[in-house]
Amino acid sequence: MKLFHPHLRRTRAVAVQLVLFAVMGLLASAFFRLQVLRSTVWTLKAESNRLRQLSVPAPRGTIYDREGRILADNVPGYAITLLPGPLDSIRATLERMKAYVDLPEDRIDQVVGSVRRYGREVVVDGDADFDVVSALEERKADFPNIYIDMRPRRRYILGPAAAHVLGYVGEITSDELNSDAFPDSVYEQGMVVGKAGIEKEYERILQGRQGLRTVEVDARGRIVGDFAGSTADPGTPGKDLHLNLDLELQRWIAHIFPDTLAGAVVALDPADGGVLALYSAPAFDPNAFVGGIDPGLWAQLTTDSMTPMFDRAVLGLYPPGSTFKLATAAIGMDLGVVAPQDTMPERCTGSWFYRGRVWHCWDRNGHGKQTLTQAIGNSCDIYFYQLGLRIGLDRFLQKANDIGFSRKCGIDLPQENAGRFPSDRSWWEKPFGYIAQEGEVPLLAIGQGPNSQTPLKIAQFYMALARDGSAPAPSIAQGRPPGEEWQLNLSPQNLAGLREGLRRVTEPGGTAHFGTALQYWDVIGKTGTAQTGLSAQGIGEDHAWFAGMAGPPGKPPEIVVVALVEHGAHGSSAAAPIVAKAADFYLRRKYGLPIDTIQTYLDYLNAGRGIPPWYRARFRGGG
Amino acid sequence: MIRLFTKWALDPALVLAVILLSLFGIAMIYSAGVVYVPNPVTQHAWIRQSIWFGLALAAFTGLARVPLSWIEWVAVPSYVFSLLLLAVTLVIGTGAGTAAGVKSWIRLGPIGFQPSEIAKIATILVLARLLAQRTNAPTSLKDILAPSAIVAAPLGLVMLQPDLGTAMAFVGILFAMLFWAGTPAAILLLVASPAAALVLSFNTMIWSVYILGVLAFLYLYRHRLFLFESVAVVLANLAAGTIARPLWNSLKAYQQNRILVFLNPEVDPRGAGYQIIQSKVAIGSGGLLGKGFTLGTQKRFNFLPEQHTDFIFSVVGEELGFVGTLLVILAFTYVLWRLVKRAQDSPDPFAGLVLLGIFGAWLVHIFVNIGMTVGLMPITGIPLPFISYGGTFLLMSWVAVAIAVRVAYER
Repeated sequence: MKLFHPHLRRTRAVAVQLVLFAVMGLLASAFFRLQVLRSTVWTLKAESNRLRQLSVPAPRGTIYDREGRILADNVPGYAITLLPGPLDSIRATLERMKAYVDLPEDRIDQVVGSVRRYGREVVVDGDADFDVVSALEERKADFPNIYIDMRPRRRYILGPAAAHVLGYVGEITSDELNSDAFPDSVYEQGMVVGKAGIEKEYERILQGRQGLRTVEVDARGRIVGDFAGSTADPGTPGKDLHLNLDLELQRWIAHIFPDTLAGAVVALDPADGGVLALYSAPAFDPNAFVGGIDPGLWAQLTTDSMTPMFDRAVLGLYPPGSTFKLATAAIGMDLGVVAPQDTMPERCTGSWFYRGRVWHCWDRNGHGKQTLTQAIGNSCDIYFYQLGLRIGLDRFLQKANDIGFSRKCGIDLPQENAGRFPSDRSWWEKPFGYIAQEGEVPLLAIGQGPNSQTPLKIAQFYMALARDGSAPAPSIAQGRPPGEEWQLNLSPQNLAGLREGLRRVTEPGGTAHFGTALQYWDVIGKTGTAQTGLSAQGIGEDHAWFAGMAGPPGKPPEIVVVALVEHGAHGSSAAAPIVAKAADFYLRRKYGLPIDTIQTYLDYLNAGRGIPPWYRARFRGGG
Repeated sequence: MIRLFTKWALDPALVLAVILLSLFGIAMIYSAGVVYVPNPVTQHAWIRQSIWFGLALAAFTGLARVPLSWIEWVAVPSYVFSLLLLAVTLVIGTGAGTAAGVKSWIRLGPIGFQPSEIAKIATILVLARLLAQRTNAPTSLKDILAPSAIVAAPLGLVMLQPDLGTAMAFVGILFAMLFWAGTPAAILLLVASPAAALVLSFNTMIWSVYILGVLAFLYLYRHRLFLFESVAVVLANLAAGTIARPLWNSLKAYQQNRILVFLNPEVDPRGAGYQIIQSKVAIGSGGLLGKGFTLGTQKRFNFLPEQHTDFIFSVVGEELGFVGTLLVILAFTYVLWRLVKRAQDSPDPFAGLVLLGIFGAWLVHIFVNIGMTVGLMPITGIPLPFISYGGTFLLMSWVAVAIAVRVAYER
């Protein structure tokens, strides 16, 4: 028993008890530090642990048209939000959610990554269907950390008809968050912002200030209730926006534009430069972007050879063709080298000899001797070759640049392309490798050569002809401060002469007569053909232009409309009817006349109704 | 009345303390079920724990009357049986609680139990028999080879589950009993030294200093050791330092995470560090006096992981504050102190060894479990004796109490 002698037992017991007291003392001191010395720090953490601040999205401002009709508003939608919590439980919730919501694996990774990085709630689906929401609500026990709330959902009344001009909204990206355009004082992760069109241009007006709601949640993220210690902040709704657009006209233009073709239509109010309609075809449905666009649809939109996302009205650059002859005429008048009744030295025989080569008119039969007014009506190339030479290359370039053919119009949209037009003789050096000689001017004078313009720019130029020669920047929003204005410096006689030329295009015998003859209104305008290569669809036809204006007979024009139809072949047949029908629709509504879908002389013939009953009275048996 | 209780309990002070701890445990399990989004399982856990407590008292009543010779006799068969059970567990075992991914439970119909609980008591009994037969103290490494082997068998099987916490309890049993059998503390330190080398090898500088320290220690201690023993210690330390990095790399990512998070929970606050952070928030926000019984907000909002089993002490800390945690720690200290005291008073080697074995196991359980709630220890799925929810665990703890009071009473 020597081994367990009482003395030895006592010594060992003391040693063991020392170890025991040391271990327990260590534990006690750890708790003393945590619960007594640093208690306040952990108490604060406990508060923030169970309180979550949820943002309450403010409704975006409503967008109205010129008569107060709603173009874009908000309807109640459902958002499925994931609250932060343990990552494995979040991932498990998302995996279970796959049965109800379309959630690819990379989207799950993205959501989990976002929770890990920001530790904040993430909107999984910003626009959930009601049956998905009710299915999730029924199985709430399986989806502890989701939060479903009603939040304003953007609705675009016109859908594709106003897609490009209004734009669309989407969740703010991290790049946008980092940019100065989205200050941190207003914007934060998860907010919905304008991505294109008016929604983007007037983002700061339409965007409200989002509110805040403090809730108590449990560890699995389930909301247990609103926190009594703070009052909810409902936020401030965005401001409404009133546009110059005419909802009915915009819809009508989308309706009459050929379904299978691409192109653009611009309608301006010559009274103030307000944009009545701005349409680009083909279009897309902006409602599909609300709450996050389906990746498949996005891929389809961005790879479509018809480029439906591209706003042809303000971004598409097309050779202006014969529509540009009016610019040549206006420049000549401005410089005093031509008047409406002036003829050119050489009459049109269908061909013309200059600088050692033969230049042709589009009409090989020739137009004979013509005044400027007649030459506009005939769209005679040979007259305008000579007028161009009379103006001279330098002055021609100078004046065309003054009108702004190499600048943007200054429309209130986030994107607009400037026209492509030579600034001076040396401009040719870069693309073509030579300094331009006087021989460039005849081609420029008929709208060919290095010259591409947007439909909007052509519309702005024709608006100057419909006014007194001045043209303000086109404005989509009402009450916009007037932008830079330019002036054609045309005398009333000269202006009347130009309009008279345009009248010859649409009067009986003119190329665009049948497609533009209307019962109540005078339509005048100019066709154009822009030569082009094969389209993506293998169509070899040229682009068709018609730039026109209309109003009650004998009165100044009250609407300017420009239509461009890609590969539409002839301006007179493809583009002119669109312009006439759009103008007729607008003016009938303006003057309270009944709307008829059979509008032009051509419509009557196509509908098999023969010569319209009003035709002889209007045009005195011409045609 | 008091005489009756004394007659029943054999050691009234110890048994009263353990009864109070068990009742306190039931109260805390009840509180752990009081949450804002109740779960029917945890809500009624306290009722099941009460029933098991009744069974445990009955088992205590019976076992405390079993002659010690019977207990000595049953030691070897129960040890062999528990090893078989541990082997079976590796095949059909399931996980539970914070250690849901391990194989440490055997389920028999509605109840489950951990064979390692039986193995702990069986190992204590076998080891006590072996060491009690010695006439001289195990002072050399050779002397402690056999006792180490007896512990290594169940310990190895438990590590394979893997259940690090219980494995540490076996180490506690071995060291406590060897010390009681007269092994010098210096030898025990040398045995433990490779484990320290394993951890310290992550910094070459610190590790080098440590190895020099081991060498210096061996030199000072040279007269009490055989040369080959010194060499073995040095080699074991060198080996541990060398395999540390390959061993680390062989760990799965989640296992590495647990260790990294132990060092700094903020490296992954929403992933692996979540439990320890939530536990510290609950305990720290409890403050000096706590938020009141059943009133803990972190608990009520379910922020605490496994709050009725492994993290029950976090509920104590949140609701009863530092006063409560200190009282519980003092109660455990008293129970453990009492075991040592009884061992000191008992002239019988077997009795003293059994008491120290139970002491070693409980000390590890208490320190690892309570330590992990404040981040002193890494998170291992190990319950707190008498307090954590778990019927068979409570029952086996009471079996240990019965054996403790019986061996102390009889000799």
